[in-house]
Amino acid sequence: MVTCATPVIEARDLNFYYGDTKALSDIAISIGRNQVTALIGPSGCGKSTFLRLINRMNELIPDTRVEGSVLFDGVDLYGPGVDPTEVRRRIGMVFQKPNPFPKSIYNNVAYGPRLHGMNSQRRLDELVERSLKAAAIWDEVKDILPQSALGLSGGQQQRLCIARAIAMEPEVLLMDEPTSALDPIATARIEELVKELKKSYTVIIVTHNMQQAARVSDETAFFYLGRLIEMGPTERIFTRPQQEQTEHYITGRFG
Amino acid sequence: MSLDGLGMRKLREKVAFGLLRLAMLVVVGTLGGILLHVVLQGAGVLGWRFLTDVPREAMTQGGIFPAIVGTLYLTAGALLVALPLGVAAAIYLSEYAREGKTLAVVRLGIGNLAGVPSVVFGLFGLGLFVVFFKMGVSLLAGSLTLGLLILPTVIGASEEALRQVPSTFREASLALGATRWQTIRKVVLPAALPGILTGSILGLGRAAGETAPIMFTAATFYSLRLPESPFSQVMALPYHIYVLATAGTHIEQTRPLQYGTVLVLISLVLGLSLFAIIIRTRMRRTKKW
Ligand SMILES: Nc1ncnc2c1ncn2[C@@H]1O[C@H](COP(=O)(O)OP(=O)(O)OP(=O)(O)O)[C@@H](O)[C@H]1O
Ligand SMILES: [Mg+2]
Repeated sequence: MVTCATPVIEARDLNFYYGDTKALSDIAISIGRNQVTALIGPSGCGKSTFLRLINRMNELIPDTRVEGSVLFDGVDLYGPGVDPTEVRRRIGMVFQKPNPFPKSIYNNVAYGPRLHGMNSQRRLDELVERSLKAAAIWDEVKDILPQSALGLSGGQQQRLCIARAIAMEPEVLLMDEPTSALDPIATARIEELVKELKKSYTVIIVTHNMQQAARVSDETAFFYLGRLIEMGPTERIFTRPQQEQTEHYITGRFG
Repeated sequence: MSLDGLGMRKLREKVAFGLLRLAMLVVVGTLGGILLHVVLQGAGVLGWRFLTDVPREAMTQGGIFPAIVGTLYLTAGALLVALPLGVAAAIYLSEYAREGKTLAVVRLGIGNLAGVPSVVFGLFGLGLFVVFFKMGVSLLAGSLTLGLLILPTVIGASEEALRQVPSTFREASLALGATRWQTIRKVVLPAALPGILTGSILGLGRAAGETAPIMFTAATFYSLRLPESPFSQVMALPYHIYVLATAGTHIEQTRPLQYGTVLVLISLVLGLSLFAIIIRTRMRRTKKW
C-alpha cells in the first residue's frame, strides 16, 4: 500500500458482533491524515458498522461487542479509561439523512460548543460564522440564523449538519452516505465541500455511488461480507483492482 | 339472481349504516341533552356576582368564588406534584431502563394504577397525607392525592411524547459528544414538552372534576375565606355540588345554584381540554419531523 500520509486511524484485528451475528471480521486498515477515504461495498457489508466503530456510536446499541483495537493518533479508542464522549467530540459524524435539531440555525451550530462549556457570546458568534462558512452555507443563512433549521431544504440541512459537526473542530469527520437523500445539485455542492474539507480534516465517507467515490476520495476501501477486501489509492482501485470481487463490484457485475 | 344478491347487499349496507348512525345519534343526543339541561337550569344564576361572591344565607344565596379558587389551586397543585414526578419516571422508563420483564411489570403496575377507583385514592390520601404525615385536611394533602391520581396519565402521556421524538435527534446529539443526560435535557425534553403538557392537561381535566379524592383530604363544606396557606381547607366545585345536592337543608332552594356550579365546573374542564388541544394543533403545525 502506497500511503505517504501518516495514519490517523488504524484498526487492528477488529471484529464486531450484533448479538451473535458477526458483522465485521479481522479488519485491518490504516487511514491517512488530511485525506478523503471512501468506503464502498454492497449493502449490508458493514460500512456503517465500521464507521460507527470509529466514534464509538455502536456501543449505544444493546448487545453489541467489539474485539481488537482502533487506534486514533496511536491511542486505542477502546482502551480502559477512554471516555466515549471525548472520542465523539474529536471525531465528528454526518448522517445519511440530514438530522438538524428542531432549534434555530444558530443554536444547531452552537449546540456542541455550548455542551463543552463555551459560553462567550462573541466567541460563539465567531465560531458559528466560521463553521457555516466552512460548510459553504453561510451566504444562504446569514440573515435567517434565528429561524428554525427545519425550514431549510434537504441539501441546506445537510450542510448545516456538516457545519454543526465542524463547529466542534474535530480531527476526523465521518460521513455515512451524506448525499443519498439529496438531489444532484445539492450532491455536487456537498462533494465540492468534501474536497475543501480535507485541507483541515481527515474525512471518511461511505458511499454507494462509484462516481462519487472516484470524484472526492484519495483512497478507497472495498468491503464485502464484513471483510475489508482491498484498499488503495482511488485511481488504482478503479482502474486496476487486484481482487476479483472488487472488480466485479465496481464494474457493476454483482449479485 | 345476481341482481337479487346485489339488492340484498345494498339493503344490508343500508341497515348497517342506519344502526351505526343511530348509535352515534344516541351518544351525541345524550351528551347534548345533558349539556342543554345543565345550561337551561344553570344559566339563570350565572353572573358576575355568582362567580365572584362568597356563599350567603346558608348557601342559598351568593356565589361560589371560594370553590372556584379552591378547585384552581387544587388542580394547579396536582399538576405541580404529578408533572415533575411523572416526567422523571417516564424519562427513566423510556430512556434509561432496559426493556425486559421488570419493565413490563412496572408498566403493568402503572397501567393498573390508572384503573383504581378515585375513592381509593381518597382513602389512601387520608391515611398517608392527612393522618400519617399530619397534614390535616388541607390544600396540600388534596393536591398530593389528586397528583397521585393523575400520575399514571402523566407518565403515559410523557412516555408517548418521548417515544415520538425521533431517535435521529438523540444520535445527532450523542455524536457531538453529549452525554445521555445532556441529550435528554437539551434535545429530547424540549422536543417532547408540548406532547407531555397536552397529555397531562387532559388528565388534569379529570382531576378537576373528581369529588372522592378530595372529600376526605382537602375539601370543606363552607368557607368564607380563600385558602391562606397550603394547610388551609378549601372549598372545591365538585364537592360543593355534592354538598348542595345532598347534604344541605335547602336542597330544593339551591337547585339553580347547583346547576350553575355544574356549568362552571364543566366550562372549566372543557376550557382545560380546549387549551390542551390548542397546544397540540400549534405543535403539529410547527413540527415537521
Ligand atoms: N442495529 C443492528 N442490529 C443488528 N444487526 C445489525 C444492526 N445494524 C446492522 N446490522 C447488520 O450488520 C450488517 C452490516 O450492516 P451495516 O449497516 O454496517 O451495512 P452497510 O454496509 O452500512 O449497508 P448499507 O449500504 O445498506 O448502509 C448487516 O448484515 C446488518 O443487517
Ligand atoms: Mg450503511
